[in-house]
Amino acid sequence: MLKIIGGAVAAGALAAAALFGAAGAARAADDTIKVGILHSLSGTMAISESTLKDAMLMLIDEQNKKGGVLGKKLEPVVVDPASNWPLFAEKARELIAQNKVAVVFGCWTSVSRKSVLPVFKELNSVLFYPVQYEGEESERNVFYTGAAPNQQAIPAVDYLMKEEGVKRWVLAGTDYVYPRTTNKILEAYLKEKGVAAEDIMINYTPFGHSDWQTIVSDIKKFGSEGKKTAVVSTINGDANVPFYKELGNQGVKATDIPVIAFSVGEEELAGIDTAPLVGHLAAWNYFMSVDTPENKDFIAKWQTFTKNPKRVTNDPMEAHYIGFNMWVKAVEKAGSTDPDKVIDALPGTEQANLTGGVSKMLPNHHITKPVLIGEIRDDGQFDVVEKTPDLVPGDAWSDFLPGSKDLEADWVTLKCGNYNTKTKKCGGGA
Amino acid sequence: MSRYRLIDGAGLIFLAIVLALAVLVPASNLWLAPDSALHIPDYLVPLLGKYLAFALLALALDLVWGYCGILSLGHGAFFALGGYAMGMYLMRQIGSRGVYGNLVLPDFMVFLNWQELPWFWLGFDHFWFACLVAIAVPGLLAFGFGWLAFRSRVTGVYLSIITQAMTFALMLAFFRNDMGFGGNNGLTDFKEIVGYPLQWAETRAALFAATAVALALGYLLARWVVTSKLGKVVVAVRDAESRTRFIGYRVENYKLVVFTLSAMIAGVAGALYVPQVGIINPSEFAPANSIEAVIWVAVGGRGTLVGAALGAVIVNAGKTWFTGALPSLWLFALGGLFVATTLLIPKGVVGAVTDILGIRRKSELPAAPGVVAPKTAPAEPAQ
Amino acid sequence: MLSGLVRLIAFAAFCAALVAGPACADAIDDALSGFTTDKYDDTDKALQGLVATAAPNGLAVIEALAAGRLLFDPESKTVLYKDASGALKLAKTGEPAPAELAGKPLKTVRVNNRLRRAVDAAGGAFELRSPDAAKRAAAARAVFKTRESTALPAIDHALADEKDAAAKKALEQARAAIILGKADAPEAERAAAAATVASVADPDALAALRTLPADTPVSVKAAAEKGVAAIERWATVANVIQNLVYGMSLGSVLLLAAIGLAITFGVMGVINMAHGEMVMIGAYATFLTQSLIGAYLPALNSASLVIAIPVAFLVAGAVGALIERTVIRFLYGRPLETLLATWGVSLILQQAVRSVFGPSNRTVQTPEWLQGSIEILGVSLTWNRIAIILFALAVFFALQLLLRRTSLGLQVRAVTQNRRMAGSMGIRTPRVDAMTFGLGSGVAGIAGVALSQIDNVSPNLGQNYIIDSFLVVVFGGVGNLWGTLVGALSIGVANKLLEPFAGAVLGKIILLIAIILFIQKKPRGLFALKGRAVEA
Repeated sequence: MLKIIGGAVAAGALAAAALFGAAGAARAADDTIKVGILHSLSGTMAISESTLKDAMLMLIDEQNKKGGVLGKKLEPVVVDPASNWPLFAEKARELIAQNKVAVVFGCWTSVSRKSVLPVFKELNSVLFYPVQYEGEESERNVFYTGAAPNQQAIPAVDYLMKEEGVKRWVLAGTDYVYPRTTNKILEAYLKEKGVAAEDIMINYTPFGHSDWQTIVSDIKKFGSEGKKTAVVSTINGDANVPFYKELGNQGVKATDIPVIAFSVGEEELAGIDTAPLVGHLAAWNYFMSVDTPENKDFIAKWQTFTKNPKRVTNDPMEAHYIGFNMWVKAVEKAGSTDPDKVIDALPGTEQANLTGGVSKMLPNHHITKPVLIGEIRDDGQFDVVEKTPDLVPGDAWSDFLPGSKDLEADWVTLKCGNYNTKTKKCGGGA
Repeated sequence: MSRYRLIDGAGLIFLAIVLALAVLVPASNLWLAPDSALHIPDYLVPLLGKYLAFALLALALDLVWGYCGILSLGHGAFFALGGYAMGMYLMRQIGSRGVYGNLVLPDFMVFLNWQELPWFWLGFDHFWFACLVAIAVPGLLAFGFGWLAFRSRVTGVYLSIITQAMTFALMLAFFRNDMGFGGNNGLTDFKEIVGYPLQWAETRAALFAATAVALALGYLLARWVVTSKLGKVVVAVRDAESRTRFIGYRVENYKLVVFTLSAMIAGVAGALYVPQVGIINPSEFAPANSIEAVIWVAVGGRGTLVGAALGAVIVNAGKTWFTGALPSLWLFALGGLFVATTLLIPKGVVGAVTDILGIRRKSELPAAPGVVAPKTAPAEPAQ
Repeated sequence: MLSGLVRLIAFAAFCAALVAGPACADAIDDALSGFTTDKYDDTDKALQGLVATAAPNGLAVIEALAAGRLLFDPESKTVLYKDASGALKLAKTGEPAPAELAGKPLKTVRVNNRLRRAVDAAGGAFELRSPDAAKRAAAARAVFKTRESTALPAIDHALADEKDAAAKKALEQARAAIILGKADAPEAERAAAAATVASVADPDALAALRTLPADTPVSVKAAAEKGVAAIERWATVANVIQNLVYGMSLGSVLLLAAIGLAITFGVMGVINMAHGEMVMIGAYATFLTQSLIGAYLPALNSASLVIAIPVAFLVAGAVGALIERTVIRFLYGRPLETLLATWGVSLILQQAVRSVFGPSNRTVQTPEWLQGSIEILGVSLTWNRIAIILFALAVFFALQLLLRRTSLGLQVRAVTQNRRMAGSMGIRTPRVDAMTFGLGSGVAGIAGVALSQIDNVSPNLGQNYIIDSFLVVVFGGVGNLWGTLVGALSIGVANKLLEPFAGAVLGKIILLIAIILFIQKKPRGLFALKGRAVEA
């Protein structure tokens, strides 16, 4: 009996030793700087995220051709968090602790960002998050290169009011935090602009909703009250294709009830026959069709890199482009990849974006971006119909939400992500 | 006779390994120098903890599937419910350290303009209450569900599919932001557990040790059940349900007891899982997760308990390794593993090992796993 | 805008006569210059200006604008257009453009929704004179929608010589819609118009009746309100019918998705987790077929979806038979292990498709004949949904026929009922197994053709349907195709009837709970197979 126990303990120790061995072998070599890429390559989010992995590989490749950073080559470390949120946290930990990456570019959904946040705070690393999101967050270790609600939703609604004379609104979204928050902000904003409560219809559907018959016919009914109606769609990725297919089939034309979407870009349209959708809109900070030399260059490089002359670019890719170049500049300015130094060097960094302006990293870790409204063309691209004259600074805390209007984020002077301007205290404080 | 022994040879080895890990892993992580070859780095501790939590879930599943013949495709639901109970406690511990600094409401409620804490969140500021709920709610759900299903003699694949429907319905429900469980974002950004910050290596080591101990206790409990008289009847139910009923046993009661017990163990596993991975979200209810848990059991060896736990660790360690080493090909590897296991080692790893070693176990399992699987085809005319 | 166009049509000849006049030419230049600033407001003004000056070439320019063929040279600010044949012409005169302009980088004058609406409405005015009666009717309906009062002369004119009954009715309705809102029309005529408008009973009619200005005479208002009430009364009935139809259509999608599973799972007893992937393979086969036809046989484009049906069947069927031969045949009699193996197969298939086609969605075009919708008594039906309902039923009955009336069907039933007995009777059971599994998979592939019309064509396509498919088969009763039919349709209809009250998510949850409870009542599904075996 004792023998068995002894043997078992030995076996256990052996198993543990095998694990340590595996970990030890993966120690970082010192002649390269490792860059972590944390995007799902399988599962439901692979549709959107795997493009970003390729974009990052291209950007790193480009930088290495220019000689790398601080005289060292960059080495991408790709992992697959498989659209599984706990796995995101696990993989983030693996990247930072085991692979010793200097910075991570990754995440798409809000929940994946929320899942990795504690890891980045604990291990003090840097995350660049490239997707438009609901705001209400500003963390020291995270840099948000996607749009905050004031850089997408509000200019879009302004455009519809001004250009299309819209009086009646359908806010349709997938039931998660980004649409919920965006719609809350929009509802408050519209009411402030004098839109009556009965002229706003809010509708939430689950992820991957595929049967839109009832909802599209409800929208049609809502739009038949005689007032000009528009749909503001925060419907997420997968559900968009069946939604637009149903719109097209039920004959909802952009000239009758335009739909403006915040999550539909070139990549999503690549899966839809766009002929019936011409004129429906999207609000982004970048469109592939924008005619600037930087953008042409970027598209050419992308299509060469992916060996696909038809491959499209989209907004989150541009966000990674801006974020990556800002990181390179900050590292060179700090002379080190040390997270604390890079975090301090980043605010104020400027980088030309692809639409002809210069984006700047703000003290609240968001960036300035132009807002572009595009109409869908029959070739799956967007025709830019409106562009804000100036770059709009990203606002971490919305002024239209009761919980957050007194909050302010400033990592340069206040060193605080949620400073309450009323109580003059850091840490929220209701 | 070995079949009446609470702990047999394999069990002894298993218990020894698990308890050794409970001591050695924290010890190595906390007290060995980081450059020592035997040092377990910080990131590995919660990862190993996660494997052990999954092992406990697999154990629970093996109890109902391997010994009682109930193929539950909804055990992920019990696991997730236990996880949510613990998550709610951890959320309440955040206190005013949330981004809005609200003393009472978690961030997502401030976000959605909730004014006060809903009633079902009351009590979760106590650790003991959360622990109680983590066991009681899965237990009650399983009891209610089983009471209905076993009484109406829903068996075989019908039962499997409705357990799947149950977890699917729960997933949809928890996705709803109006439910008050944080919707898709779930519960996250935990700070501390019973006063100890979750970032501390010591806390993590303690959680790991607790999980290992829970796994050992879970094993003992499961062994106790299957070696008791109750266990004998349960195996009889698995192998010949009607015959057992005709002899005079109230089959549904036996099933109900085992099913409920198993759900409670799964709940404990979930409660241990959440503080170590740092997030609980409705996707834990996804039917695919429950199916995966079944696969762990099958890979390890159904009806062996030890095998179930082993399978969970093997598959998840494989997943961790593949997703890092072969990010674009790992699904091939994982899929291939499942196909190969079924075709080449139908009795699972433990079965294969015992076969190879030629150990003629006087097993509690007279028949090979799978033979007793419920028939799904149209009933064949009885002879 | 429409008013301008009517004027434009009326006076085009007038300005053409004076075209030599210098004043006229200057105004046209001014108007055209608006197109070259690349601003929508200026383009709109240019359009108005073009109409006001009644430029001789205005119609051609406006048509070109609508079709995205109106161009300008950013340097010289010359406006040009391509005519339908692609020849480049000067906007001002319609003469062929000088060669030096043709080589320059010309920019397209862009249109947005506002301009598109304006041009659309203008198009309506042209179409009112079309020789095609259907087009005239469509134009009249467009006027009905916009209720643009300036179109009245054009409508009256068209009404005078209209012979076609349908077009005449549409014109009269359009006229009524205009009269109803026209403040200076006689009160009695407006009240009568309200009744005519109400008889159309569609959302546009409701909009027309509801948006009367505050100073409308009481009698007209009363007539309009009566109309609204009548429409709404019907609308509640129509709503129920509409939901039933939606439910049927959702049900037939479920039926299509589940019917292959009813064979592989229901009849053969394989818990086929890779079933969803067979549907996905069918959808990708459709995509490939369409791309190949588009590239090599463009003449068959509109039939590509029909051609894809046998292709999808064969591809998915072949993959299914292959899986049966390599994996599943070792697992008969161990159904729960088929779950494990097919789950692995499904992971492999998903990743294989992802590696070959990439993770993003693929476009499958909807042919002309499946686009659009018809409105019957206030219930709108889209063609592709009708097609899916009919298609699902056709597949179901074809399968029923195959199983009941062919020798293969007989063998399949024999083998699944009693494998050993069938073998003893000389049936080659392995071959029948492969054929049956191939058949189930092939039918799943056909479902993929239909689903490519309404859902994403992505590697995850199958995952979205697998749970529902199993529920349908189990709810209907394993091993019974009729059960699958009834199960699918009743789940679909129940879902759609619940949705308006409970919302999409809650509706689905309620439905799931209802199914769970139903199974307690009927533990073998709707149509339980009767047998003497006590234990199954």
